[in-house]
Amino acid sequence: MSLFSLLNGLTFAALLFIVASGFTLIFGLLRIVNLAHGALYLFGGLVGYSAAAATGSFLAGIAAGMGAAALLGVALDRGLLRFVRGFELRQVLLTLGVAFVLNDLALVIWGGDTLTVPMPEALQGAMEIGPVFYPKYRLFVLGLGIFVFAGLWFLLHRTRLGALIRAGVDDPETIEAMGVDIRRVFLGTFMLGAALAGLGGVIGGAFLTLYPSADSEILVFSLAVVIIGGRGSLVGAGVGALLVGLLNSFGQVLFPELAYFAIFGPMALLLAFRPLGLFGKAA
Amino acid sequence: MKRAALWILVAALVLLVLPQVLPGYQVSIATQILIFGVLAMSIDVLAGFAGRTPLCHGAIFGTAAYVVLYWTTVAGGGIFTGVALGVLAATALAAVFALLAIRTSGVYFLLLTLALGMIVWGVCLRWTGVTGGENGIRGLGRPEMVADHVTFYYVTLGVVAPVTLLMWRFVHSPFGLTLRGIRDSETRMRSLGYNVPLHLFLAFLASGFFAGIAGALYAIFNDYVSPSTVQLTQSVAGLLMAITGGIGTLLGAFVGAGAIILLENTVSAFTARWPIVLGITFIVIMIFAPEGIVGRIRLLRARMRRVSSP
Amino acid sequence: MKRREFIATSLATASLSSTARAQSAPIRIGLMAPLTGVAAAGGREIVDGFTMYWAEANNMAGGRKVEILIEDDASNPDTALQKARRLVEQTKVDFLAGNLLANTGLAVANYVKGNGVPYFIPVIAANDLTQRARIKNVIRVGGYAASQFSPPLADWALKQGYRRVAMIAQDYTFGHEQCGGFAQAFTEGGGTVIGQFWHPLNTADYSPYLGQVASLKPDVVFAMETGADSTRLVQQYASFGLKGRIPLLGAQNTIDQSVIRTMGPECEGIISAAHFAEGADLPATQAFVKAYGARYDNKIPSLYGFTHYIGAMWIAKAINAINGKVEDRDLFLDTVMKTDLPDSPLGKPVRLDAYGNPVYDVFIRRVMRNKDGKYVNAPIGSYPQVSQFWKYDPETFMRQPPYSREFQGIKKA
Repeated sequence: MSLFSLLNGLTFAALLFIVASGFTLIFGLLRIVNLAHGALYLFGGLVGYSAAAATGSFLAGIAAGMGAAALLGVALDRGLLRFVRGFELRQVLLTLGVAFVLNDLALVIWGGDTLTVPMPEALQGAMEIGPVFYPKYRLFVLGLGIFVFAGLWFLLHRTRLGALIRAGVDDPETIEAMGVDIRRVFLGTFMLGAALAGLGGVIGGAFLTLYPSADSEILVFSLAVVIIGGRGSLVGAGVGALLVGLLNSFGQVLFPELAYFAIFGPMALLLAFRPLGLFGKAA
Repeated sequence: MKRAALWILVAALVLLVLPQVLPGYQVSIATQILIFGVLAMSIDVLAGFAGRTPLCHGAIFGTAAYVVLYWTTVAGGGIFTGVALGVLAATALAAVFALLAIRTSGVYFLLLTLALGMIVWGVCLRWTGVTGGENGIRGLGRPEMVADHVTFYYVTLGVVAPVTLLMWRFVHSPFGLTLRGIRDSETRMRSLGYNVPLHLFLAFLASGFFAGIAGALYAIFNDYVSPSTVQLTQSVAGLLMAITGGIGTLLGAFVGAGAIILLENTVSAFTARWPIVLGITFIVIMIFAPEGIVGRIRLLRARMRRVSSP
Repeated sequence: MKRREFIATSLATASLSSTARAQSAPIRIGLMAPLTGVAAAGGREIVDGFTMYWAEANNMAGGRKVEILIEDDASNPDTALQKARRLVEQTKVDFLAGNLLANTGLAVANYVKGNGVPYFIPVIAANDLTQRARIKNVIRVGGYAASQFSPPLADWALKQGYRRVAMIAQDYTFGHEQCGGFAQAFTEGGGTVIGQFWHPLNTADYSPYLGQVASLKPDVVFAMETGADSTRLVQQYASFGLKGRIPLLGAQNTIDQSVIRTMGPECEGIISAAHFAEGADLPATQAFVKAYGARYDNKIPSLYGFTHYIGAMWIAKAINAINGKVEDRDLFLDTVMKTDLPDSPLGKPVRLDAYGNPVYDVFIRRVMRNKDGKYVNAPIGSYPQVSQFWKYDPETFMRQPPYSREFQGIKKA
């Protein structure tokens, strides 16, 4: 029973991490709270669904979903956000408008039925882990979450782009003074963050399904993760995702009535006493 | 000063005559505009005058509505006590939110208030025994004396007008001036010896009180409440109205509420794609007119004055 | 002619001609459906099913033209209320129909309670609307009360030898009522409810509940879900390896065509009870399914499309019977209550009980593939003439408390 709940919490946390890491990257470097992140998740997931259904390949679905979300990210950054650069609140509210438009567009295109991204044959069914019977696909999600964490860590700490991003989170002015075109770094980060939302959409769409309002649900969870973890912190997103995933899983078993409280109560308290989250740094 | 008095007189006359010329349904729309105008004003008190943009007012507004309907139906109480309790509950909720949120500012304030609002929504959805869960609480019918749209409009106007006056006095009082000082530079006000957290706390409290009045009116107007009244979209709608009218203009809230509600009513008659229209409106306002309708008019007038007087 | 007489006669003529004008003017029907928001897919089918009937009837009833005015309730009760007000007070419709989510229907019902406008609810299932808190002008043509079909399903389950049931359901009135109907009939027939798991609407992850269900080792599981929750429950039930080990029973909505349309083999074999089975071999049913598919790119009709189709049929038959005099609300409502449908796509005659809820022959259905390889609910048994009160006397039934989390009608062993 408890191993089972633990696995549930961990696998859900892995998905949350994939989505929230994209969110926190954009928030950290560009200072944009992208409230359209959930819409990118849904849109990417739906494009991935169509691609996977048409080609019969899960990988093609992932590629299409990530690509579509990245393109939307570019359009959002270059087409709209550049007009409000530097105004934090206007940016946030603008992305909220974008979220409305994207969600309704998804409804027009895909019709609002509950859709499931077809998963590859090899990942279907369940396997035995000690005393419990557990779906293979969810274990795959857990593995993927760890892989994404490792990949992002490598990118941020072992590459030049990563060094620029990290420096940009702490001090964007200095970077610009060094003669680096910070705009390109911004755009690259935005694309990466959006693509991660798209990846989450395809992965999540295969076991949590895609439907109107899936966007706001995942957005609220991601917000909780990022608020707990702290702006722009990869480790923070990881810890936040684990906390939210486990609180959600154990909360539903232990006190189902207060399932929401179990996540947002601790988050509100934390934010009241550590406004920047566990791993956040002052801007 | 004389000009302002004239404007107020004209506005009052229009508001008084309105239900005599409009058909019944339009009167109910006008009532709705008045109610949401108060909600948007309460948001403006924080966003425009204290420099803290909240995303939790739907929850405060909805809490008042829940209390009013719970009191009048389940508990079998009277409408006036119900309204008083509703406003009290909203103010108390605002006090709790304020205690948790006033230490933060900017985007963090926005996110924290959003999360607090989500908790309230979760409670309304899950505490089935009291809130009726997803199905909400149905009232017993509007009280006989305000059953028709025209009477209800006048009653609403009779509440909204003094409330508006009160809010106007509030933001233009020395207290309101201090708030604006905090908005512009918190550190300066602190070094001048002002108790910044206390001022923000009281502003939040006042804002919750006014949002509660709007919520109580809405409860009687709709005679029904459900989790969708407290959800995030409601907070967003209120904020959008305040912004459309013009943040920091207070009365712009009515212009904003009017613009959004009328837009929704017109657009939805032609297309079901209302969310797209709303989203685009949001984007366009953020890019081209972040100061809102009333703010934009003020800017233009100021510019014209500068041009005409050398 | 004396002056007073003249006035009297001219007034009479005037009022005569205005009734005559009302009689020749079109009948206006306000149809509300969620075209945006969570329930948008079902909302589309509400409009499809309803308008399909009227198109077949050339938009005529009782010798008058029929106009359908469609409004989006946005899956939100506040919006539904506003749209109902607009339809009644501004568009001046003769009556209202539609809505999908219980809260939108309850909000509108509360509104028409005050003004007497007839309101037809083929999907809104809340028991009390046709039981304890009945509103005379609210009639459930084509629909079903929440706890109407689960007692026959419980009875069927007992006959299969199942004795211990675990239940998973959405934690709101619709879930409480369907489960209550099942639990009461099941325990009165000698079965035991060994666990009930209530979860919030829009539960992304069923793993916590499924784990607990599996550890109870029940004979059978009953699931009451709607929309995306249904899809996820059925999929996760299979992926956690429960499918094939413990048989799954569902409420009609859990396994409705709108749900299984996008699913694979994981939905096969699930049993439910309902008045309509899109896979039934009856000629009337198949003719309807074929016509619906021809009109709406090969879609097999779901509960939403179907109930609104026969709902429209019901209303139209009543309007024909009173020659289009829908302005006489009492006559109209009385006539609807007396109208029965011998020739609907159900293939069996149906009528309304004294409380405005239909009495049906109920099918026990199993999900299987049809000859085109699509999944459909096909009948494997039936229970004749099932009313919303099952085998209880209406008065006695309504004296017990309404089903809720606390009261599930469970008989103490």
